[in-house]
Amino acid sequence: MSEFFTLSVLIATFASAVRLAVPYLLAALGETIGQRSGVLNLGVDGVMLLSAFGAYYTVIETGSHLLGVGVGLLIGLFMGVVYAVVTVHLHAKQGISGIGIFLFGLGFSDLLSQELVGAIQPIKKLPSLAKLPFVGGIFEPLEDIKYIGELLFSHNLMTYVAFALVPIVTWMMNRTTFGLNIKAVGENPQAADSLGVSVERTRFFAILIGNTLAGLAGATLSLQLGVFQQNLTNGLGFIAVALVYFGAWRAKWVMAGAMLYGLVTATRLQWQARDIIPNSASDLAAMTPALITILALVLLAKRVRGPAALTKPFTRH
Amino acid sequence: MKRLLGASVPLGAALLAFVLGSIMILALGENPISGASAIFEGAFGTGDRFAVTAVRATPLLLVGIGITIAFRASVINIGGEGQIIAGALLSTIVALLVPDTPRIILIPLVMVAGMIGGGIWGAIPGALKAYASVNEILSTVMLNIVAVQLMNFLLRGPMIDPIEKNGSRIPQTERLSDNAAMPTLVDGTRLHLGVVIAALAAVAVYIILWRTPLGFRLRAVGHNPDAARAAGISVERNITLAMAMSGALSGLAGVMLVFGSESLRLVTDGGAAGFTGSAGFNGIVAALFGGLHPLWTIPSSFLFGALLTGATQLQRALQIPAALAVALNGLIVLFVVSSDRLRGWLDGRLNQGAFDNETAELRESRNNSTDQQSEAADPHNATP
Repeated sequence: MSEFFTLSVLIATFASAVRLAVPYLLAALGETIGQRSGVLNLGVDGVMLLSAFGAYYTVIETGSHLLGVGVGLLIGLFMGVVYAVVTVHLHAKQGISGIGIFLFGLGFSDLLSQELVGAIQPIKKLPSLAKLPFVGGIFEPLEDIKYIGELLFSHNLMTYVAFALVPIVTWMMNRTTFGLNIKAVGENPQAADSLGVSVERTRFFAILIGNTLAGLAGATLSLQLGVFQQNLTNGLGFIAVALVYFGAWRAKWVMAGAMLYGLVTATRLQWQARDIIPNSASDLAAMTPALITILALVLLAKRVRGPAALTKPFTRH
Repeated sequence: MKRLLGASVPLGAALLAFVLGSIMILALGENPISGASAIFEGAFGTGDRFAVTAVRATPLLLVGIGITIAFRASVINIGGEGQIIAGALLSTIVALLVPDTPRIILIPLVMVAGMIGGGIWGAIPGALKAYASVNEILSTVMLNIVAVQLMNFLLRGPMIDPIEKNGSRIPQTERLSDNAAMPTLVDGTRLHLGVVIAALAAVAVYIILWRTPLGFRLRAVGHNPDAARAAGISVERNITLAMAMSGALSGLAGVMLVFGSESLRLVTDGGAAGFTGSAGFNGIVAALFGGLHPLWTIPSSFLFGALLTGATQLQRALQIPAALAVALNGLIVLFVVSSDRLRGWLDGRLNQGAFDNETAELRESRNNSTDQQSEAADPHNATP
């Protein structure tokens, strides 16, 4: 145990926590935007699986991480259109239609990976800043700084994108017309409608952004790990949905939740690698994030109020 | 006409899924007709395959009717996977503790244990929703994760097969007592008593929901909680009860998966689906397809059992991954839940003539109303 509490190990754990938090953070930020507009998307996990495979396969075929991330993003966008039509225009029950998206993503990504790739083949992982082409040289000396370099400058580009999105999303929700419209249609669609805000269009674009971020989350996941396999996410997308409640629909608290998940997972992996806890006990440790989430939900449920029109389709009277 | 449209929804969804499935098979470079015949052959080709289909449908049916109870009480139970595992774990523990109990006692005993295990796993999110306003979708998803890790822990540690403990350490229990195995109904096939039990359970759920005061209370709470409360029904208690019953039926599905299996043991591959075969989710699909009616869920789960069994044959004969069935299930869910409004539009289209006449009359009677008002009454302006 004592060997865990050395500075270098703690820093390494924290640095890996930051990376592990990225898929949670991206997906949960996207879900936050969707839910603020009044639409619950339980299909995040399915979208992530599809994008994760799309990005992985693109890298196998082209070797380009940039193209891989782009494909993941486009898959997210496409699934966003599907989900928006189903929930906003066809008024499907949101909890259940999300499960439909999840099952489709689970099955279809598995189908494609068996057909197109077959046996799992590893790809090169997302490079750290210093290994980027052209600009890598700038970051090389920064990464070499003791401790701080590992903590702040050793990550891949998607990590910085994800964390940069936190203030951007906060600004968008509070300072732009689009963001305020999203909140309005999530709180009181009737009132927003009477003021000339198109509820359907606002929700449509909110879902589109949300699913695009879920797509980015999936692409980041498979490219960070350098593999794709059946059910790669293992419920990550569902946890991202829970993080939104956990973070009370605010980007910075959602980020705190994602970091907590990253930290718990990183600590468990570190302990497992150092034989601080036996393998079987690590299964018990893997429960803790879920248990913490349930506890947090119990504590927060009556204190924090979500968007009033969440899961309610809008019909004009 | 309305009745006809009601039946058309699942049929239309099935047809659409069939078309999309055909396109997928075509895209994979195979003939959809030979694909469909491979599925049919795989599901119904021989007596034994027919039996496998029925066995495969059993957990779907049990989960599906459980889901129906919860949905009728307006609780969305997505925790089928966890509840199946909880039921399987508790029943396996009982079978490990008292393996020498006579068959006539042990079989009911493991079934009750499974129902208690699943029931507890369902009652927790039910109570959390009822008394602490915790969203049940989230808590059930979280409890799924907890159940999987609990299973992994128990099967790698305390409950591991003593032979595996010093061997290859496959996370599984020892072969359980033969006294707990579901009795086979037809020799030479895998058709077991669980199939009959599940069908009887569906009938029982139908009777409970529509023929007993308990069912009335559950449906009243689901229909309008405020009205139910005003009528003196405890909303909290009935929500918890609905989830407990729902979980108990999923737990029973877990019992069938363990004690109806050929290997007669509980095995994990680290995820939930390795043991459950995603029955906790596919059961939702079956229930939705059956219109959230326990009796219609019987043929519906049989159909999905056939799809899953047939997909295995599809993989064997045409090398098309069986995951196709999971993807199709997802599409069917999307179609069924989207169909309400589509049906509304269809309804409107069919009654268009009558509707126009009515509006004309309405306009006439409002002769002296302002332009704005008559505009609002115009069917072409109103959202359908």
